[in-house]
Amino acid sequence: MTAPAVELIDLHKNFGATKIIRGVSLAVQAGERHAIIGPNGAGKSTLFNVISGRLVPTSGTVQLNGEDITGLPPHQINRRGLSRSFQVTNIFPRLSVWENVRCAVLWSLGHKYAFWRSIEGLADVRERTETILEAVDLTDRRRVQAGVLTYAEQRALEIGVTIAGGAGTLLLDEPSAGMSVAEATRAVALIRKVSSGCTLIMIEHDMGVVFDIADRISVLVHGQIIASDIPARIKQNSEVQAAYLGGAP
Amino acid sequence: MPAPRSLSSAVAIAIVRLAAPWIALAAVFLILPTIFHSGSALTMLSLIGIMIVFTLSYNMLLGETGLLSFGHAVYYGLGGFLAVHAMNTVIRNALPVPLLVVPLVGGFSGLLFGIIFGSVSTRRAGTVFAMISLGLGELVASSSLILRGFFGGEEGVSTNRTKLLHVFGLNFGPQIQVYYLIAGWCLLCMATMYALTRTPFGRMCNAVRENPERVQFVGYNPRMLRFIAFSLAGLFAGIAGALAAINFELVNSAEVGAGQSGLVLLAAYIGGIGSFIGPVIGAILVTWLEVMLSDVTDVWQLYFGLLFIGMVMFAPNGIAGLLTMHAPLWQARAYGSMLRLALAYLVALVPALVLLAGLILVIEMTYHLSVKMSEGRTISVFHVALDSGSAMPWVVAAVLTCGGFWLFRLTWPVVGAAWHVALVRAQAERRTK
Repeated sequence: MTAPAVELIDLHKNFGATKIIRGVSLAVQAGERHAIIGPNGAGKSTLFNVISGRLVPTSGTVQLNGEDITGLPPHQINRRGLSRSFQVTNIFPRLSVWENVRCAVLWSLGHKYAFWRSIEGLADVRERTETILEAVDLTDRRRVQAGVLTYAEQRALEIGVTIAGGAGTLLLDEPSAGMSVAEATRAVALIRKVSSGCTLIMIEHDMGVVFDIADRISVLVHGQIIASDIPARIKQNSEVQAAYLGGAP
Repeated sequence: MPAPRSLSSAVAIAIVRLAAPWIALAAVFLILPTIFHSGSALTMLSLIGIMIVFTLSYNMLLGETGLLSFGHAVYYGLGGFLAVHAMNTVIRNALPVPLLVVPLVGGFSGLLFGIIFGSVSTRRAGTVFAMISLGLGELVASSSLILRGFFGGEEGVSTNRTKLLHVFGLNFGPQIQVYYLIAGWCLLCMATMYALTRTPFGRMCNAVRENPERVQFVGYNPRMLRFIAFSLAGLFAGIAGALAAINFELVNSAEVGAGQSGLVLLAAYIGGIGSFIGPVIGAILVTWLEVMLSDVTDVWQLYFGLLFIGMVMFAPNGIAGLLTMHAPLWQARAYGSMLRLALAYLVALVPALVLLAGLILVIEMTYHLSVKMSEGRTISVFHVALDSGSAMPWVVAAVLTCGGFWLFRLTWPVVGAAWHVALVRAQAERRTK
């Protein structure tokens, strides 16, 4: 049996005396679309930060495709095939849309720190960048400075930058946050499209989006996973309803 | 077969397009001395060439990678010192090394020290980096007064550039030969530094400047990018330092000092750090001002400071930024509104010059009264003899300054309105085309 795409083993993260993540164990199989839900302050974003290397866990293990990546810096985790997006849009605001995506494809195509070859001459980079822009529907906006895009466009670019490196595992932090219903519907379609063939873990508040996309759902409350199951059973779980869904019927 | 042929011609066109600006620049460098052929003009052109390389190397850090360094003269100065020592070694042992390649010694020295100091200082960006660069600058500047064997103490280390191996019949005695040596290296460095901005590395430096955190999540190590940028900036600063050593045949401790580090920061910023041409403009202007102003006033650095403050406050994108601001008007060919805008600028320029004249009077008279009283109270400003001890010149200065500022302030809405109209017209014409 192949190793899970992402496996968390008894993960803890403290900030001083405050325990944010309190023993999370979770296995996400390759190709699975997994949603993490939970009330504000449950530690969802902290969990993402620990998995993606932005934060070093206090204890516990993070494995990516069976390999221990606990405590590695973000760029090394990214190179091993895990890419993430951010809840607050985190792009290169003064670079063009085109350059934003191009920066994100370079490493995966093996160009690394090359200072001896022209970037304009790299056909693979150009093609890949075009494909990604096409996928996130920003081809017409390629010359625009990323900082002046509309909010929904910036969110799409955020996803574009995240998937550009061709990572096998994607972590999306609230991809539909702050969107209107119509925008969220489009975002769902986009997420479906770009995550096909990938393992997807997403944090999401919009239950419509969650039940639409996820194969499995984990509920994080006070730094612990209180349930992890298929959507239908999560809906019926009384503990989940009490802790979370009950507040927003 | 038409297909491969059109492909190769497309490649040829692309190459010509890439090379054309550099060929044009080479032609300019070539004919400049025939236009400005006086000794002082040649010296000035040589200094400008050196400063262009130095300022562009600095902008690899500040403009491209977002690293504010207060100690870039370290690599310039050390490049100069090692070049001078290399030249003296070559002369002493009669080694077959021509002067043409001496800048390589400076470049390697700058690169080496860039690697050594960069490995320490580029771990962090922002304020930490700036502080470390300041500390390293002070460290080297103070050791230049301690390690007298290497730095030559107060008087520095001198050399004789004519005693190296002569090739192509060049002995580099006349300034014109030195000018062409500097121009050649300047062109090479400019083209290389420009090319660097168009590489995967160069583009990722921009990304690090914009958002170092996101860079990590697309697979790059920001520290490594900063480190490479820092080392390469050291290399080009070292070349500039070696060119200066060849030009002056002397290097002293001032060249590694804070003054030199500050000057290159001023030049880059005044020219504009947001584009490649900005630091070039800054280097030309600052060198020209330095030479011209230091001839006419002792407090030229004060004017530099005022210029810098003015730029930071009113034109943070530098002269290049001011120029590119007008690009939409050019592109729309809105000549009518451009003319009106130019008139508005002229209207604003007159009171601005009055204000400037008043400020100069105040500065010069204050300086004279506080420092040079022993030479008498009379000073000459704009070829007019003034008694700095009497009240009248001060009243005039105050009226010019305050009145100039008041009038200047009144012209701002005029300029603003003209600018607005011009921009709206340009956008409208662009849409119709």
